[in-house]
Amino acid sequence: MSRMNMIQAINSALDNMLERDPNVLIFGEDVGYFGGVFRCTAGLQEKYGVKRCFDTPIAEGGILGMAIGMGANGLRPVAEIQFADYIYPAFDQLVSEAARLRYRSAGEFWAPITVRSPCGGGIYGGQTHSQSPEGIFTHVSGLKTVMPSNPYDAKGLLISCIEDDDPVLFFEPKRIYNGPFDGYHDRALQPWTQHPMGEVPDDYYSIPLGKANIVRPGSDVTVICYGTMVHVCETAVKETGVDGEIIDLRTMLPLDLDCIVASVQKTGRCVIVHEATRTSGFGAELIAEIQEHCFYHLEAPPIRVTGWDTPYPHAFEWEYFPGPKRVGEALTRVMEDA
Amino acid sequence: MADETLRLHLPEPTTRPGMDPDASMIKVPPAGTLPKPPLDEPDDKMWDYALGMVRVLDDDHGAVGDWDPKLDADTLRKGLTYMMRTRAFDDRMLRQQRQGKTSFYMKCTGEEACGVAQAMALRPDDMLFPSYRQQSMLVARDWPLVDLMCQIFNNPKDRLQGKQLPVLYSVKGANFFSISGNLGTQFPQAVGWAMASAYKNDSKIAAAWVGEGTTAEGDFHHALTFAAVYQAPVVLNVTNNQYAISSFSGIAGGEQSTFAARALGYGLPGIRVDGNDFLAVYAVTKWAADRARSNNGPTLIELYTYRAAAHSTSDDPSGYRPKDEFTVWPLGDPIDRLKQHLIKLGEWSEEQHEALHQELEDEVKRDLKEAASHGTLGVRPCSPSTMFDDVFKELPPHLRRQRQEAGV
Ligand SMILES: Cc1ncc(C[n+]2csc(CCOP(=O)(O)OP(=O)(O)O)c2C)c(N)n1
Ligand SMILES: [Mg+2]
Repeated sequence: MSRMNMIQAINSALDNMLERDPNVLIFGEDVGYFGGVFRCTAGLQEKYGVKRCFDTPIAEGGILGMAIGMGANGLRPVAEIQFADYIYPAFDQLVSEAARLRYRSAGEFWAPITVRSPCGGGIYGGQTHSQSPEGIFTHVSGLKTVMPSNPYDAKGLLISCIEDDDPVLFFEPKRIYNGPFDGYHDRALQPWTQHPMGEVPDDYYSIPLGKANIVRPGSDVTVICYGTMVHVCETAVKETGVDGEIIDLRTMLPLDLDCIVASVQKTGRCVIVHEATRTSGFGAELIAEIQEHCFYHLEAPPIRVTGWDTPYPHAFEWEYFPGPKRVGEALTRVMEDA
Repeated sequence: MADETLRLHLPEPTTRPGMDPDASMIKVPPAGTLPKPPLDEPDDKMWDYALGMVRVLDDDHGAVGDWDPKLDADTLRKGLTYMMRTRAFDDRMLRQQRQGKTSFYMKCTGEEACGVAQAMALRPDDMLFPSYRQQSMLVARDWPLVDLMCQIFNNPKDRLQGKQLPVLYSVKGANFFSISGNLGTQFPQAVGWAMASAYKNDSKIAAAWVGEGTTAEGDFHHALTFAAVYQAPVVLNVTNNQYAISSFSGIAGGEQSTFAARALGYGLPGIRVDGNDFLAVYAVTKWAADRARSNNGPTLIELYTYRAAAHSTSDDPSGYRPKDEFTVWPLGDPIDRLKQHLIKLGEWSEEQHEALHQELEDEVKRDLKEAASHGTLGVRPCSPSTMFDDVFKELPPHLRRQRQEAGV
């Protein structure tokens, strides 16, 4: 056991997998000698050699095309896209290729690739270092989509992603790399070392994909979230005193529908929170499922709290970010509805 | 014959932190050796330009050879002033970031000749599609520094209303396209702009810039293909400053060939130029611009230079390259080289240089005071009331509702 922040936990997962499986390779822009702009791959090239952990040209389409080819030829590539905002040049390789290779060859070929990418705002990154594009990828059949909310989960989930024989997108909310951000940028950030989920085994372990985690049991309202928003929702529940049951999805696809349905059928109320833009976001999918499965149990219309449908404005991150105040208002509103 | 075992090649630089800097592998041809070709020279006659390097300033600070643009002393002093103003601006803004007055800054130290000489060689109404390291072009187009500082501070005078990351300027008034944070995307857009110019029988051309690292992106290759197919009146530029954040140019394919040589496969002329030689950069850019303007087609220019500072304020180069590498850089400092040339011509002196340096420091300090008086990111930023504007031309109903909910 060690105390780790999320960067160290991710590094530890990569370290374990490089050690266990000679077919695991790690690459991306600046990930080799330098160890990544967020330091997630620090020390790995030194430990495993340049062949196992190396820099790539700046070409996201090239990085993921190469990963697919390597994956189809028996390797387990873990590619880093430096920021989720820069994944779009690789869109075709993900959507048309990685996602469909198995299907179009009826199982002859497949690409067991993992794509790691930091996402989310709150670091003054402006419109091109702040996006949360997870919902775009859940809309594509054939891709799995994961987003951890703490170091322990990050390591266990990343290991599952690498071992998975299908392509997986692993989004890392960069605002919580160093601590469970509660949504108040003007307060000191609690470090992961003071949080129970910052206790991380040094050795290999995995957390299965498709299993949500009930972070806080409650009876008034189901709060569905993932990534940074888990901590924001915890803050909002504390502040409002609403007895929220907070579900951290951990995996968007495959989705743990049983967990969601059981909770909403119990509480009869639901608030869904994500940092990504609202229209056609993953929250829309969640509401549709809830309507289909829990309609007769609902006591109030489900509410979404999300980023606005604008690019992430550099100077107005905190006007944009769905912080504890907005989540709290939604909790109060959903409780007032008859 | 038995099959050989395949080996994977992974490029690695020859030096790393803790080692002595070494530039012995960089081959610098003498100045003045390559002749200046006619504007309609066919691209297949231009291999020497893509693989060699156009240089005008020699080791004794004289201007030699065919490419000497023969600029008068006033123009040279103007160029020197623009370069020095850029450096003073960069130094001052870096300090603002360190003091927490803005979130981010990017310097262009060592690359001042590229931007200034190119901006001066192009016409003021030619359209620029710059990368984030071309602030010197705005300086050379006499755009007020106060305006740039207000963008960096995201204060109420920020014309971009706090929407964009510092230094990702948009200056339509200087024919300087909005800079994207996504690398390379503007390269094909410049080609399209140039094609529109040709369609309209205009005389304005376009020019675009990417770093050597960015030549790996598909957009770089799209631009070259389209520029060649439609013979667009565009000047495409690669600033090869040896680094893409932490990775050396070998990761972008620099081990195999020059970046200028990329052009040849597309049927474009490629010219590599000493990017720290103001005169050479001016001359090559002027040639390519004249070529485009006279319907002789596009050119790819590689500006061979060195990124002397960190990639950005988020970066620390001591983690990946030897300290003091710039001191062994064989092409020197562009400001110093132009200064020495002017001194050799008897048109400049150490005293004048020092006086100008002081004058520019004072001027930038004054500008900074004015810009900061309007507010900085931490203190009195611009208002979020425009946060929902300009997603679309008109605010659609869903954004109207969201704006109301946001209460901005
Ligand atoms: C599509 C895309 N991928 C990655 C990045 C992150 N990034 C920003 S600058 C940079 C390095 C660019 O190097 P180069 O093209 O050589 O330009 P330089 O910074 O040296 O001027 C990278 C990888 C980005 N901005 N956009
Ligand atoms: Mg570069």
